[in-house]
Formats: sequence, structure tokens, C-alpha cells
Amino acid sequence: MSWFIALRAILHREALRFVGQRGRLVAALVRPLVWLFIFAAGFRAALGLSITPPYQTYITYETYIIPGLLGMICLFNGMQSSLSLVYDREMGSMRLLLTSPLPRWWLLMAKLLAGTLVSILQCMIFLGIAAIWGIRPPVVGYFAVLPALLVTGLMLGALGLMLSSVIRQLENFAGVMNFVIFPMFFMSSALYPLWKMREVSPLLADLCAVNPFTQAVEMIRFALYGQPNLPALGWTLLALVAFAGVAVWGYDPARGVQSRKG
Amino acid sequence: MADGLSIRGISYSYGPKTALNDLTLTVPSGRFCALLGPNGAGKSTLFSLLTRLFVAPSGQITVASHDLSQSPRKALAKIGVVFQQPTMDLDLTVRRNLMYFAALHGLAGKEADARVGAALERLDMAERAGEQLRALNGGHRRRMELARALIHRPPVLLLDEPTVGLDAAARAAITDYAHELAADGMAVLWATHLTDEVRDTDDLAILHRGQLLARGTAEEIRRGMTLSDRFLQMTGEDAL
Repeated sequence: MSWFIALRAILHREALRFVGQRGRLVAALVRPLVWLFIFAAGFRAALGLSITPPYQTYITYETYIIPGLLGMICLFNGMQSSLSLVYDREMGSMRLLLTSPLPRWWLLMAKLLAGTLVSILQCMIFLGIAAIWGIRPPVVGYFAVLPALLVTGLMLGALGLMLSSVIRQLENFAGVMNFVIFPMFFMSSALYPLWKMREVSPLLADLCAVNPFTQAVEMIRFALYGQPNLPALGWTLLALVAFAGVAVWGYDPARGVQSRKG
Repeated sequence: MADGLSIRGISYSYGPKTALNDLTLTVPSGRFCALLGPNGAGKSTLFSLLTRLFVAPSGQITVASHDLSQSPRKALAKIGVVFQQPTMDLDLTVRRNLMYFAALHGLAGKEADARVGAALERLDMAERAGEQLRALNGGHRRRMELARALIHRPPVLLLDEPTVGLDAAARAAITDYAHELAADGMAVLWATHLTDEVRDTDDLAILHRGQLLARGTAEEIRRGMTLSDRFLQMTGEDAL
């Protein structure tokens, strides 16, 4: 029982913070919107897209990058919420969380879920703005995308949590941008399809294919059209389990590098 | 005694650097124990071990008869902690912050309401319950941290330099309150580098470079000198 009381409180707190910090929401939405309105508009002419599943007709570039931008929202959120736990003003609240008399893995997973739900809310608002802009997946897509976003958010949040627990050098967000977010985002199918990448470099295309972010984006892409993409789902789940496992290991007080903090 | 805090033979190193060396210390119920040491003495490391942020490779910590490494959750449930860092969300109200903490300890509904109300009452903060934490001054925020640490009624209270950054009046208020809690039966471990927070009748442990230099009541240890001078003499470092 006390497990669920704690889980509910952690989710509630995150929700209150989300509502209370309008600036955070605006900042989180500006990034993908800039990509959608400016980058995609400019790129539209440069990149010819053929018809590949799940699309059944020619699509605009804006339509193509929507799943990638949803992934981007989850990626930034995941990194931000996990790293802020450790490095800045949330340090105290993280310590508080870890002194709760509940299993640590449960507390970390609750925190992860809370951050993910915020990501999903932001994604839905983003999809709403895109719809106003005229980019509309089928209605079923708005529902089918929810579980895909959940798995994606959890996977990327777990990645952030893992990084925060095992890597010493990522002391600031700039480092994370350079070494995690940019490579992950650009080495994926978020901005260009993999077959396009393969024309340039098969090696790069292979690297993109094993990138869990690519798989998450493809899962979202299919879900937006109401179609399951089981290999992508499987790969993303696998990454989630691996990242979460290392994160829980990293926060184990007997082994974790948390002990670097004097 | 059984309800207090007991630390036996704890050592800890960061790589080659020893932070704590074979530390043994007990804080019985009803006692206020000041852990006095200059910066870098190992106080924060000890607090991290006591709150299980990490665990010591050797030695044993028991909290209210629960071994911290064998039954960590039972032990943690018996500890209230005031960290150096603020733990509360500035954008949430005082009550919401406290309810969050209560929930982390498995308290909800009326029970949590009552506990939070009582904690606020005890620290004369009841009328501030609906305010955002941001609206409170530094002294009041610290008081809220203390109120928070007491919600689950722990028999052991740990405070890691709780008066850092406070003015004299706020410092005195919190120090007095912690002494009252000890008088009421709690085991209180108070880490500080400020000698004026220690009273003659308090238990005192002087920590320096990971070693315990002295252990006794403050009066015994200072040997007729001021505590500040005695501390300086023992550690060779400036105390305030």
C-alpha cells in the first residue's frame, strides 16, 4: 500500500510542477516547433521522400519529421529531468527520495514514470499545434501513439537516469547535448529515412538502425497511423530494460558512483 | 539506548583518500550529540552513510535496533534527516511539500493531514501552510525542513549543518528546538563546525580528518577552556 501512496505522490508532485512552471512547458515546445516551422519548411524542397510504410501516399517533409520531433521532446525531457535530479537544485529532493523507506528501484521507476507522463502531455500539445498547422495523422493515431510515447519516454528517461548514475563527466547539460542528444538525434531516422542514409553510407545507416532512438521514432511513426511496429517496440523495450537495469545498479548504494559526492 | 543510533567501526575512502577511519559513536535516546568538525572532516560522508546514499565496506550502523545494511528500509523509516541542501519545491505550498514527504513514508489521507498539521503547529508555522515555499525566508524554510523531518515521528534525528546561512536569531531558534527534541526523548545527531551551537551538557564528538579526536560531554572535553579554543588546539584549525 505504501508503495502506491509514494507512487501517487511522486506523480502528483510532477504534475503540480508541470502546471506551476509554464515557462518549462513553453521552452519544451519551442524547440520542436522551431524544427517544424522553420527547419522542415526549408528542408522540404531539398529532400525528396518516396512512399514508404506506414505512409500510403506522398507526404510532406513536415509530416515525415513529426515522429522524430515527438521523440525529441521525450529525449530532452528524459535527459533534463534525470540530470537535474543529480546536478542542480533537485539534489536535495533526490536525497530525500532515496531516504524513503521503500525499495530504491521502485522510487526510481516512479520518478521515471512521472517524467514520462509530462513528456506525453507535451507531445500531445505539440500534436495539437501541428494539427492546427494542418498536419494531421488519422484520428486513431492520436490514441495509438500514447503507448508508443510511454515506452519511448520511459526508455529515454531511463537512459538519462543511467547516465546520471554512472558517468562522472556529464556535469552539465552542454556535455549531454554534445555527447548524447545530438548523436542520438542525428544518427536516427528522425530527420531522414534510413534508406536515404544508406545511399550515403551503409555503415552510418547500420549505426542508425541499432540506435534505440531510431527504433523509438519508428515505433511512434507507425503508431501515428494506427499500425504496430513490433520489431521497433521490441528493440525499444530491450533498451528500456537495459538502461533501467544499469540505472538501478548505479544507484545501488554499495556500488553506485554516487559515492563520488563527498 | 535501543532506540538510538549506533555507529561501530565505520571506515570509508574515496579511492586512496580516507574520509572516515574506524569511527565508533553512539547517540542514545534523549541525548543531543554534536558532531563538531572543520570542513572536510568527514561529517558529510558520515551523513551519506547514515542515510544510505552509499554504504561503508566495513563497520555497522544500527538505527533503533535495525541494522542499516541488513534491513535498510526499517532503519530508514526510523530516521528523520535535515540535509544541508534544501529538499523542498519552491513552487509548491508548504502543505503540499509536507504531504509529499508524508507519502514517501507511506502516510496518506487523514493520517497524513493530521501529522502535517501537528508538525506545522509544533514549529509555529500553521498559518503559513498555504503559502508557496518561495514566500518564506531562509530561517522559515529551514524550520520547514525540520518540520518535514519529524512528520513520520522518527526516534532518531540527523541534522547536517542545519544552520548554514541563517542569521543569529534563526540559528538560535533551531538549535534550541533540536535540544528540546532531545529532551523529549529523541536521539539527535547534529553536525556542525560552529562551537557556539554546542552546550556544556551535550554529548560531543570531535571529528578531524576522518578520525574521532574526542568523545564525552562538551564540558569534559573543553577542560575549562572555551570550546572554541579547545577545538582549535585539538584540530589546529580555526573554529568560529
